Amino acid sequence: MAETAVKEKEPLFQFGKKERQLITDPLNDNNPITVQVLGICSALAVTSLVYPSFVMAIAVVFVTGFSSLFTSLLRNYIPKQVRMIVQLVIIATLVTVVELTLKYLNYPIYKQLSVYIGLIITNCIVMGRLEAFAMANKPWRSFLDGIGNGLGYGAILIVVGIIREVFGKGSLFAGSPIEMKIIGPTADYFINTADSVWFGWYANNNLMVLPAAAMFIIGILIWVQRSYNTKLVDVS
Amino acid sequence: MYTTRYVIGFILILTASVAVGLTGLREATKNKAAQNEDIFNKRAILSAVENYLPDGKKVSGLADEEVSRIFAQMQQPVLDMQGDTITGVQAEDIDMAKERKKPEPDRRLPLYIYEHNGEKFYILSVRGNGLWDEIWGNIALKSDGNTIAGAAFDHRGETPGLGAEIKDNPAFSEQFQGKKIFDDGAYVSVDVVKPGGTKTEHTVDGISGATVTGDGVAEMLYRGIKYYQPFLEEIRQSSGTQGLLVK
Repeated sequence: MAETAVKEKEPLFQFGKKERQLITDPLNDNNPITVQVLGICSALAVTSLVYPSFVMAIAVVFVTGFSSLFTSLLRNYIPKQVRMIVQLVIIATLVTVVELTLKYLNYPIYKQLSVYIGLIITNCIVMGRLEAFAMANKPWRSFLDGIGNGLGYGAILIVVGIIREVFGKGSLFAGSPIEMKIIGPTADYFINTADSVWFGWYANNNLMVLPAAAMFIIGILIWVQRSYNTKLVDVS
Repeated sequence: MYTTRYVIGFILILTASVAVGLTGLREATKNKAAQNEDIFNKRAILSAVENYLPDGKKVSGLADEEVSRIFAQMQQPVLDMQGDTITGVQAEDIDMAKERKKPEPDRRLPLYIYEHNGEKFYILSVRGNGLWDEIWGNIALKSDGNTIAGAAFDHRGETPGLGAEIKDNPAFSEQFQGKKIFDDGAYVSVDVVKPGGTKTEHTVDGISGATVTGDGVAEMLYRGIKYYQPFLEEIRQSSGTQGLLVK
């Protein structure tokens, strides 16, 4: 009895080492895409341009963060028999919120992402974190865990998007207000291949525009990550 | 374990509150979203006359209000398959996807008559099949009803980098500028052919690796423009007499 009295009450929004790890772990050691290999489908589909990847990343961060928060808040009331249905209802609600917001704020990008916004519902990262973390942890930490995993996913999406767009289309952030033209055959581009001595041979790589390119790039990213982070290497 | 009554009650309360919340959000954003969609579609139509927009602007450089204003000033007749005007309906109210499901004689054809510096452009809407799914486009004809002033295409599911280039690569649609759809008064449309052949007034180069999409575009143009033929003949006969009005 005395023990409980002595024990300090944990503050609601603590941000210590553990909390920081919740954010940083998914960025590297426990990355949802390169280590857990979840959420690959949308990572292949939306990353041909950086701007849609970026919007998709924000959408997923929002959905993972808040679905973890709400699931964690409700975790003691959710009947175990139907917990997955409840989780799905929460995820689907947030995804619909994202969809309606995009339609309201930026219709062209909504058109471009089309079904992939709706498919966030089936993104394994979201439900995986709810099952593995949010159902057993306090709201604040669950929220951070969700945000962290969303960011881990988003970071890979943006890296893949940059590589694919620069080599596939020669531009960066096409479709957004800060569109940059990097390399191409007209004078609008930063490096004009039509009259450059050094880059006259250069042509855009059409493979990069196809989803298959994302597969190779993610494979290479996994390789690069494991070669400097050797504890991830599976020796079995 | 939870009792069945608790489970049912929990689910009911959860879904009901979610439903109410989402309905509220949808109602709040509905008007703006519909307006966004409208502007998006109108921009797609205007991209057929990209080179003839006010002040030399591009479609992406137009503000939403300017797009609405251009459409408010345009004549927007709707034609039937005989080339007669259907009264009481505006071209922008026609949903091409729905029209395409109707039997051919019942289809209604939207026509946008755009004016720039006293020159008239007739924008026709066409729709057909690509490789995987529907493709559609808007073709702007000059006032002679023969020369193409510009074309813009879109698609639902063509392969990125291959078939999707009909939309993503401006070089493809730019080829249509200056092409002619009639040859000595006979209807021939514009064909999409293998790159490298002899260039004529009635062919454009296809995209390597997207032969089927290219054929789809050619087929769509051939059929789609043909629907407008009665109307186009009428313009051709009276071309030269400026200021032709649609009946």
